[in-house]
Amino acid sequence: MRLIKVLILTAFVSSFFSVSSFARDTIKIVGSSTVYPYATVVAERFGKSGFNTPVIESTGTGGGMKLFCAGVGTDHPDVTNASRKIKSKEVALCESNGVTDIIEIVIGNDGLTLAHSLDANDADFTQEQLYLAIAAMVPSPGNFNVKLIENPYEKWSDIDPSLPDHKIEILVAPPTSGTRDAWNSLIMKKGCKAAGAYKLWEDAGEKAKKKCAVVREDGRVIEAGENDTLIVQKLAEDPERFGYFGYSYLLANEDKIKSAAITGILPTLAGIQDYSYPIARPLQFYVKKAHIGVVPGIEEFLAAFTSENAMGEDGYLTDIGLVALSDGDASDIRARVANLEVIE
Amino acid sequence: MFDVSANLKKRLKSERRFQILCITAISFALIFVLILFLNIFSSGYSAFYKTTIAIEVDYSQVIEDTSQFATMSDDEINKLDLFRFSKKSIYSLFPDIEDRKEKKLLIRIFSIEYEDEIKQFLIKNKENINKIETVYLTASDDVDQVRKGNYPRDLPEERRRIKDIQLEYYDILENNGRVKYVFNIPFLTRGDSREPELAGVGGSIVGSFLTIITVLILSFPIGILAAVYLQEFARSNRFTDFIEININNLAAVPSIVFGLLGLGIILNVFGLPRSTPLVGGIVLSLMTLPTIIIATRASLRAVPPSIREGALAVGATKMQAVMHHVVPLAMPGALTGTIIGLAQALGETAPLLLIGMVAFVVDVPSSPLDASASLPVQVYLWAESAERGYVEKTSATIMLLLGFLILLNLAAVLIRRKFETKW
Repeated sequence: MRLIKVLILTAFVSSFFSVSSFARDTIKIVGSSTVYPYATVVAERFGKSGFNTPVIESTGTGGGMKLFCAGVGTDHPDVTNASRKIKSKEVALCESNGVTDIIEIVIGNDGLTLAHSLDANDADFTQEQLYLAIAAMVPSPGNFNVKLIENPYEKWSDIDPSLPDHKIEILVAPPTSGTRDAWNSLIMKKGCKAAGAYKLWEDAGEKAKKKCAVVREDGRVIEAGENDTLIVQKLAEDPERFGYFGYSYLLANEDKIKSAAITGILPTLAGIQDYSYPIARPLQFYVKKAHIGVVPGIEEFLAAFTSENAMGEDGYLTDIGLVALSDGDASDIRARVANLEVIE
Repeated sequence: MFDVSANLKKRLKSERRFQILCITAISFALIFVLILFLNIFSSGYSAFYKTTIAIEVDYSQVIEDTSQFATMSDDEINKLDLFRFSKKSIYSLFPDIEDRKEKKLLIRIFSIEYEDEIKQFLIKNKENINKIETVYLTASDDVDQVRKGNYPRDLPEERRRIKDIQLEYYDILENNGRVKYVFNIPFLTRGDSREPELAGVGGSIVGSFLTIITVLILSFPIGILAAVYLQEFARSNRFTDFIEININNLAAVPSIVFGLLGLGIILNVFGLPRSTPLVGGIVLSLMTLPTIIIATRASLRAVPPSIREGALAVGATKMQAVMHHVVPLAMPGALTGTIIGLAQALGETAPLLLIGMVAFVVDVPSSPLDASASLPVQVYLWAESAERGYVEKTSATIMLLLGFLILLNLAAVLIRRKFETKW
């Protein structure tokens, strides 16, 4: 009896206090929810080749960077997915925690897709129009280059008579997501400049880039969370609603939704690949070089992810919506994997 | 004199009104539960079935003398490269197809694991394999969803994931009696997958089980000991009052706070591995502890003082009186509290999101130190996936989760019924 009690006690105590460094033989991946579908498919196939299947957590690009940059060692993830490039602030954070040699691997392109219900009439927007519909503060319609006022537009047709004659309602991704970041830099910033508001903010001594990305809070713009499937459902319910997400969600749900054109261009594979579609962006992931050789299989995983079978023109990732890199870019990336080239 | 019967009618009427109001309230609650259940069941039950399609496999093309398979180990068979052979076996369904693109579309009618399934059939039947065998292969989720009527056939082709020609192939196969609709066992045994037709809840059931076991091992002894001490031994003073208030407060803390605590202390300070049932269990124990302590104390309080006094009177020490007499009588109440606490922990999602149990895990975990998902988190993950096949899987997982919860609560009720003593 006594022995058992002692054993149980020690088991408890040791389970609580066995500090750190569990050897790990499974790759750990965190990061973007947009890259998640692609990474999981690669991981699953990789798991069948004799290695443990990598464990992937969808934390959003920002959350992934935070975990990734927290330190070197098996307690920290090996890879983080990102639907935008790493920010200099994040590189600095990484450095301060000893994460120095980071390899960036671009896996393909994605087109931000502004979508709405199949029942709606086709729509076409410019970045400026979208900015005017979404931003909290816009240039006053009367005296355009003088003053910023709270967003007065109720209907799309208030912005431009050629636009649909119904209420403005748009679902946006949460601020931590890379999709939102990409939207901010590709739509809000550009639209802001085109509308003249960028300069007005600068003249007022504010951080224009940040101010341009602030969205209105009167119920026209709705933050929808990381759940893109839910956004699809909500779009299908109401033909007057718009929302945006990665291209793969459009492909998987073409029986319910369609895309709106941006400056007259609809997202297509070719258009996203050569960036003639105005809101295309690269998808990538970042790897800690220090973990290669410590956690088994990282190098092989990188090779599998960048192989022709996976991210190539006819690869299995393109089946679920990834837009392949051009041949030249792809061979650059493969060379980067072979030499384990780190970012500056 | 006050006449009782004067307003009797009025009072009776008001009682009837009150009763009707109460019944309406109950019916409302029932209707909502019913709608919820109907909704989930109607969209989820089909996940327990899957579509399979029969093909003829000529194993003699791998090895002329098929009896030789019996001499090979499973490992050796697994290492065989049957990729092209498997493809050819599928092509033999429609030998007339020449076009490469159409061949590719034909292959896509099947799940991507066709090669593996052909191998597994071989391994299972290697002792007496015939030259030509009929093997049932899992259909791809697109075909499966069409078969189940969850995906429209009448949309224009360019809006559909499944192409006209694939539907044509499928209809021919169905008319030839090759399509079989079978119980989906892999759904209950396999881990997560990015192919909806291959995804299973096995991994998350095991993950949930390991988590709950950890909760039980941690919170049951601690909870019971704490409750016994506080109720039977502790002197009543400021300090014990303070503890008591805090335990009650703890029971009301939102679960996500415990998740943050787990992230901050258990992961970051103690450095236990992320995404594991061990950490999940520790965090959920914190949440379950107050429930167990409060329930146990209530049932200890319900044991009449005469029992303690009787034991003390015949010379038992305080500990003997408590351990031999009071605690056994309070046990049913304590167990009920524990089971209800466990049921709560089983359905909890928020704290698990913070400690990283919301990961894509394919391998079924074998110990509390392996990365793993849990049932409620699996619901969350699948609800987010783009592919149509996950819709029914999400509902089916909810059905399983509800099933387990009902079982646990039923156990609690039964224990209470069986052992409850009326004083």
